[in-house]
Formats: sequence, structure tokens, C-alpha cells
Amino acid sequence: MRTLLPLAVVIPFLAAALLLAAPQSWERRGFDAFAVAAAGSVVVISSVLLADSTRGPMVYWFGGWVPEDGVALGLAFVAEPIALTLVVLAAFLVAGSLVYSWHFFDTSGNLFHVLMLVFLGAIAGFCLTGDLFSLFVFFELMSVAAFSLAGYKVEEEGSLQGALNFAVTNSIGAFLILSGIALVYGRTGALNLAQIGESLAEAPVDGLVITAFVFLIAGLFVKAAIVPFHFWLPDTYAAAPTPVCVLFAGIFNGLGLYAIARVYWTMFDGVLGAELVTLRAIMVGAGAVTAILGAFMCWPQRHIKRLLAFSTVSHVGMFLIGVGLFSPAALAGAIIYLMTDGLVKGSLFLCAGILLHRFSSVDELGCDGKGRSIPYTGVLFLLGGLGLAGLPPFGTFVGRALIGEEAAHLGWPWVTYVMVAASVLTAAPVLRAGARVFWGWGPGADYDQRSEAEGDEEEPETTEARGTTPSLMWLSAAALLGASLAAGLVPDLSVRLEPAAELFLDRRAYADLVLRGVTPNEVPLPPGAPLTEGAVTGVIAALAATVAAGIGLWHAKLPASIRGGISRGLGPAFRGVRALHSGHVGDYVAWLTAGVAILGGLMAATLR
Amino acid sequence: MTFLPFAIAAWLFAVGLYGIVTSRHLIHLVICLSVVQSSTYVLLLAIGYRTGAGAPIFAETPVGAPVVDPVVQALTLTDSVVAATVTALLLALAVQVHKKAGTFDPDELDILQG
Repeated sequence: MRTLLPLAVVIPFLAAALLLAAPQSWERRGFDAFAVAAAGSVVVISSVLLADSTRGPMVYWFGGWVPEDGVALGLAFVAEPIALTLVVLAAFLVAGSLVYSWHFFDTSGNLFHVLMLVFLGAIAGFCLTGDLFSLFVFFELMSVAAFSLAGYKVEEEGSLQGALNFAVTNSIGAFLILSGIALVYGRTGALNLAQIGESLAEAPVDGLVITAFVFLIAGLFVKAAIVPFHFWLPDTYAAAPTPVCVLFAGIFNGLGLYAIARVYWTMFDGVLGAELVTLRAIMVGAGAVTAILGAFMCWPQRHIKRLLAFSTVSHVGMFLIGVGLFSPAALAGAIIYLMTDGLVKGSLFLCAGILLHRFSSVDELGCDGKGRSIPYTGVLFLLGGLGLAGLPPFGTFVGRALIGEEAAHLGWPWVTYVMVAASVLTAAPVLRAGARVFWGWGPGADYDQRSEAEGDEEEPETTEARGTTPSLMWLSAAALLGASLAAGLVPDLSVRLEPAAELFLDRRAYADLVLRGVTPNEVPLPPGAPLTEGAVTGVIAALAATVAAGIGLWHAKLPASIRGGISRGLGPAFRGVRALHSGHVGDYVAWLTAGVAILGGLMAATLR
Repeated sequence: MTFLPFAIAAWLFAVGLYGIVTSRHLIHLVICLSVVQSSTYVLLLAIGYRTGAGAPIFAETPVGAPVVDPVVQALTLTDSVVAATVTALLLALAVQVHKKAGTFDPDELDILQG
């Protein structure tokens, strides 16, 4: 079983290389089928490994360079359930969007397939590696593939600018990470995560450790798109090709948070563990600000892909709360939320892509009522909106409830309110847009016309006949949505990941496993508790989102005094926050620098 | 051990960021990004440096002779490969932006707002 582990990385890379070497004169369908088969085999392999790793994690040493006396010279892949869950999700999303793009791009050639497979291979390596520097290398590989995928539509200005902003900000994030790695290596002389953790734990916390920690966390915040490092995200996701958006919104940001958890729990827990309360406050605070700001920015969008991009920002904030509570149940909640929400978001992006395919526009007002001719897509889109709100049995409500309960345990009951408010505010505009586009509800013309990103400038990604929507397109959207729904129906989902999360948070067990080959004691599955409260909250949130969507559609019918009050009260705030999202890469880098300064200042002031 | 290389690394990082923030030309901006990146080279090499030590080539050095740390040099090499990739990609994007928008000035690229 252990020998299967590297295959999750080798297969996509090898398949990408073979595709690139194949003669370009091949049938396009040959490329499609080959790429889907490669991604599908990663789904199978990682699922098998996942099932196996729940009985005990595994370590694979490349070239048989096993550590001696606790000193690691070789490179290790560590298979534990949380990393493998993310690999399964990534492979599933890649396979889904490759199937979707079967009819999506008309351009011949295979560069898109190659980039997607490289992206998948890098994600798998990033999740599985037990080595700090190869973590960085896989991170960069994934990012470069992502930059190229984001700018894939080279004939389109928005796509190019989005890719440029993406590449510049994320590269700076990568340099921050590399600087952090360099400092850690300077202190410990090690690159293996477990070994660094043991070495750092021997000395008390000092300036160098804090600086290295801040650099690593800030760099990963850029990738995860935490406020104020998030500005690149809406530009990129709004303009990237739709099948790529599925991957970006579904897993890309989540990986940044996974790395934060991984880096903290393997390396820094020993030295910073005494300051956990402070760190928790910083992380949860950053997460809450991100959740609210992202949700706030969702409402005024009429470009549907940009709307979904801001909802991604908001949800990443919620996942950060889960990761930043630094407890097993909250981490399990964050992973469940990330997975189920990513599937819903992926399905919504695919539906937006169907609109683009059919009507060459993803403008909410421009498509007003046009969607009546594609009722299946409409149903999927609106169900997706309810899934974002966390309506049971969508798995999203489980993740949110777990995080909320854990926060309440730790004395922060307000976290649940923040998360519910953010889910309502992100789901409502999706429902509003869905009802307007697919059912023609609400008046179209008198809607706020000041909106700048209109979404009808986007060029179609296909040139096929527009009379019909290929069934493969909506079927792949349905598959993603169905997977999220099915996840919510797994019995005792709320406790399934808990043993894995316990293990993830145990630095000593991790070090024993990697450096000394000691298999950790099995953590028994705790008894499943029904999440009645969370389910009720989910229903309430979905209702609230529906009501808010109704207000968004028919706000012209509200009494003039209320409308005036709303626009006087919120108008300047909306305009102010929107003006910050200037599309100017220099501004974004200035915010990034400010973010590093704030983070560094907070940590320097509180961690001693 | 001197602090000079670390100060230079910090300076390069800061001055590169300043260049990116104030840049009026995309090519200039991409080069500024390379300046930021070169700070990581300086930092890595400074961390592995030992006063009076030789290059880590073990063919003719006597056993036990001090050498500088080869690991960080390998990391720097990897880093510069990454840099070449990212710079090439960014320059290609910049050229393409110029073809489409007719300008290299980030201040005039404003279709992604709000």
C-alpha cells in the first residue's frame, strides 16, 4: 500500500509529460479521455489510500533514505487521512472539470490538459510531503500552473490582468514563505517538518522564531486570500476560464489553510504552544474579518463569477476560523466545510460557465430571464445557493456547526453568528441572481446601474452551436452538487474526521511516526452526536437568505423611506470598500505589505 | 558573522516592494519582482556562509575541512529556476496585455474594479 503513495504525484506528472509529447495532430477526444483517465486514477488511488490510512498513517521515504537516530536526510511522503481527503477532493474536481471542458473549449491542442494535470500533481505533492522545502517547491509549481491557467484566455484583457495580479501577489507570498524557510533552516539545520519541530521545541521562543513564523503565515495568507491579502482573488477568479475556477474556488485557497495547520502543528506547536490563546485570537479575528468583508462585497456584484469569487473569500475566512481555533473538532469541521463548500462552489461556477456558453454573458441583469430555456441548470444553481447557506442535508451545515460549537466551548459564541451572517450574505445574492436569470423574477432595469464589473464583456469560451447545452456540462455540475449532498448524508460525518484531526494535532506522535517509524495509537471514533442545533441553524440561514434574496429582487417595492435609509447608511460603505478593490496590482502589493506589518506587529507585541 | 548580508536582503525586499507599488510600467514591475526575489538568494546564501570555509566540493578537500553549507546553495539554485519560470510567464503576460490594451501602465488597466 505504501508504494502507491508516490503514484498520486507521479501519475499526473507522467501523464502531463506524455500528453505534451503526443503529436498535436491527435484527435482532441483522445487528449480529453487520456487526461480524464489520469485524473480518475488519482481519485481511485487516493481513495484507496484514504481508506487505508484511517487504520494507521503511513510514511514513504524516497529512495529508501530512512532517518537514522532521528535525523532525516531523505524526502518523506506522509499519508494521513486529512492530507488524503484533500488529494481526493482535488483529483475529483480536476476530473470533473476535465469532463466539463469536453465541450467547453473549442481550441484544439492539449496545453490545457497538461496544465491541469501538473496542477493536480503539485497539489498531491503539496498535501503529502513531509519536508518544508519540497512543500515550497510544490507550492510554487502549483502556483505557476495556476497563473498560466488563470491567463489561459490570452485574447481577453480581463483574464490577462487577473493573471498578472495573481502572479505578482502570489509570487511575493512565495518569497515570504521562502524567507521564513531560510530562517527556520538557519536555526535548526533541518528541512524535515518533524525534525524542525523537535529542534525548535528545545529552545524558548525568540525574535527569529517569531519572524520566521510571521513570514510563513503571511505568505500562506496570500495564497489563502485572507483580508488584506485577498485582493488578487476576485480579479483572478472572475476572469479565469470556468473549469479552472472550479479548482481555484474548490481547493486552491483551502490548501493555504491546510499548510498553515500543517506548519503550525508539526513545527511551531512545541515552541509557540504556550501562546496558543493569543494565536487563536489573531487567527479567529482575521478569519472573522475576512468572512464579513467577503460577504459584504458579494451583495453589490452583478457579474456572477465575481460574486462567487467574493463568496469564496468569505468562506475561506470561515475555514480560517476553524483552523485557527487550534482544536481537533474545529479542524475536522474546517476540513468538512472546505470539502463540501468547495463542491457546491464548483458546481455553481460550472452553472455560471453554462450561462457563458449559452448566452456569452454572466451578467445578472444582462441574462435577466434568459435562463428559462435551461431549467435544469437553474435548479442546480438555486440548490447550490441553498447549499452555500448551509441547508441540511448539504454537508456544509455539518462543518459550520462543528466550528461554531467548538468556538462556543472556548468561550466565543459570537463566532456562530458571524458565520451564519456570512453564509446568509453570500447565499442571498446567489439566490437573487439565480431567480432573476433562470426564472425572470424581479424587475431588471431599475437595479443599481453603477455596478462597474458588468460581466457582459467576457468573450465566449466556446464557438459551438448555442442552441443546446451539452448534457455533460450540467451533468458534471450535478455530480459535484450531488457529492456535497451525499457527504451531508454520511452517518456521523461530524465525528468521522475527528481521530484524524487528533492525530494531525499531535506533534509528538507525528515526529515519532516520521522519524522513528512508530505507528501512533489508534484514536477510537467518538460517539456521534446529532447536530440538531446546527441543522436548525442551517434551515434558518437558508430561509434568511431566501428572504434577503427577495428583498434584493424587489427592493424597489419597499417604502421610499426605508430604501433611502438603506442607501444613505450602506451606500458610502459599499462604495468605500469597493473602491479599495481597484484592480491595480501596486495597490494590492501595498495592502500585502501593510498586512505583513500588521501581522508582524501583532505577533511581536503579544508573543514573548 | 556579520549582519551586513541580512541587512542587504531586507533592503532588497523593501526596495523591490516599493518599486512594484509605485511602478508605472509592467516590464519595470516584473523586474522589481525579481529584485524582491534576489533578496531571498542573499538571505539563503548568508545563512549557509561560514567565515574561512571553502566551497562544498569534496573531491580535493581534506576530511574535516570546513565548507559552507551546500544545502542552502541547492535551495538557491532551485529558487532561481522558479524565478526564471515566473519571470518568463509574467513578461509574456505583460506583452500580451500591451497587445490587447495598448499600454504598459498599470494605472491605465482598470477593467477589473469593484
